[in-house]
Amino acid sequence: MSVSAAPRRGTLRVPLGLLVPAVLGLAFLALPLAGLLLRAPWSTLPQRLAQPGVLTALRLSLQTATIATALCLLLGVPLAWLLARVEFPGRRVVRALVTVPLVLPPVVGGVALLLVFGRRGIVGRWLAGTFGITLPFSTAGVVLAEAFVAMPFLVIAVEGALRGADTRYEEAAATLGARRWTTFTHVTLPLVAPGITAGAVLCWARALGEFGATITFAGNFPGRTQTMPLAVYLALETDMKAAIVLSLILLTVSVAVLAALRDRWITSP
Amino acid sequence: MTARWTRTAVVALALTALSGCGGGAKANGPAPSHGVTGTVTVFAAASLTESFTRIGKDFQAANPGTKVTFNFAGSSALATQINQGAPADVFASAAPANMKTVTDAGNGDGTPVVFASNQLVIAVPKGNPQGIAGLADLTRPGVKVAVCAVQVPCGAAAKKALAVAGVKLTPATEEQDVKAALAKVKLGEVDAALVYRTDVTAAPSDVDGVQFPESAQAVNDYPIEVLKNAPNKAGAQAFVAYVRSGEGRAVLTAAGFRCP
Repeated sequence: MSVSAAPRRGTLRVPLGLLVPAVLGLAFLALPLAGLLLRAPWSTLPQRLAQPGVLTALRLSLQTATIATALCLLLGVPLAWLLARVEFPGRRVVRALVTVPLVLPPVVGGVALLLVFGRRGIVGRWLAGTFGITLPFSTAGVVLAEAFVAMPFLVIAVEGALRGADTRYEEAAATLGARRWTTFTHVTLPLVAPGITAGAVLCWARALGEFGATITFAGNFPGRTQTMPLAVYLALETDMKAAIVLSLILLTVSVAVLAALRDRWITSP
Repeated sequence: MTARWTRTAVVALALTALSGCGGGAKANGPAPSHGVTGTVTVFAAASLTESFTRIGKDFQAANPGTKVTFNFAGSSALATQINQGAPADVFASAAPANMKTVTDAGNGDGTPVVFASNQLVIAVPKGNPQGIAGLADLTRPGVKVAVCAVQVPCGAAAKKALAVAGVKLTPATEEQDVKAALAKVKLGEVDAALVYRTDVTAAPSDVDGVQFPESAQAVNDYPIEVLKNAPNKAGAQAFVAYVRSGEGRAVLTAAGFRCP
């Protein structure tokens, strides 16, 4: 059957020139994980997991990463649509701007956020003066820092999906009298749903692991802004085993969520 | 291939000869040590950045043929790096606890000696706009405070000083090291931070320091030690001796440290 024929055709024809670097690449990515697993203090694991700070940090991480992803979806999907579907002057510049957080060291991103949303920042001063809202050192600040770093992943994935999608469906909808908004919600969105999901998953994973921008912009306070990566970093200062345990939890949660999502929604048609 | 190896050997020989010359020439200078050459790698606490950079330059001048390279970071991170086999000659820690981590793992050579001590002050923006005069003022409503996390030496000292003062403080943030806490004051995001006196001395144009009596109960001792696997043991010993000499003490004192 085609199912059994496909892998055989795939495995036998791999040239050594590709196979060797591929295996090396895999080892390079997998070995550090194996190192964590080998050095984990398995015997004291239950006590360490039961420590009060661990669950607090984990809950905060899951909540903030999820809210940040929602924020990215709300703003990122329209942005991706704009980049993919509308010809406007300076589109290349806008696209380059969107990818800036990808290359910016997250700590610098955190400082940049402080300069804008901080107490003395352009927007931050207005927010504080008008609404009494201060974002630094708050949970909302964590969400903001995570969204800043993670949104490019979503925008790039969704823009790619939009460009790959067949525009004839949208044109057909237009000829049938659908307005552009209706076309977007009833034709475009369902068409690129798998791309949006993939982008959202990437975005969520990036937000979950965010460290530099978070500690710089939102600071570190248990229960309010101390997410798992921050807890790992501070545990490293005193107790490497605790840091390994925290990392394993983060690893397990993200692998579980990514695997579950992959199986359900992101399988290619 | 062979030619290249030969050339390398010649260069190596020449370098050996040169360093021999350096050692001979140094006898004329005011060198406090005996024939020290080569690179000395020093792992030092972040709060020593300014003073040790100065001391390193002075040491190189006093010992021609030597080069001092530094790795400045949080003491606990440095202790971890040393215990994981980092090739360091000297370790200078901001707290005895981190030094103990290294000596307990059998990576010290001899006994650590305390060469300096540091005290906490309250760093406030230039001019002290909130009029902060002591630890109790930090709990006033509307005053945002950054402290170090208790896992790092400055955080442990802050916790102790607050306990001595009987002040219950909820900080806006617990920073990962003392320089990060100071940066939050410089950026204007907090109204005060508990940092070392030396950090305030190093940033005179950005912040003012407010002294408080309870800091005397939470003094940080800085121990220094030559490491067991030091690639340049003679250089390491000479550097430690230099830090503890009159010249070294002068630099440390100017930076705001107290020397025993």
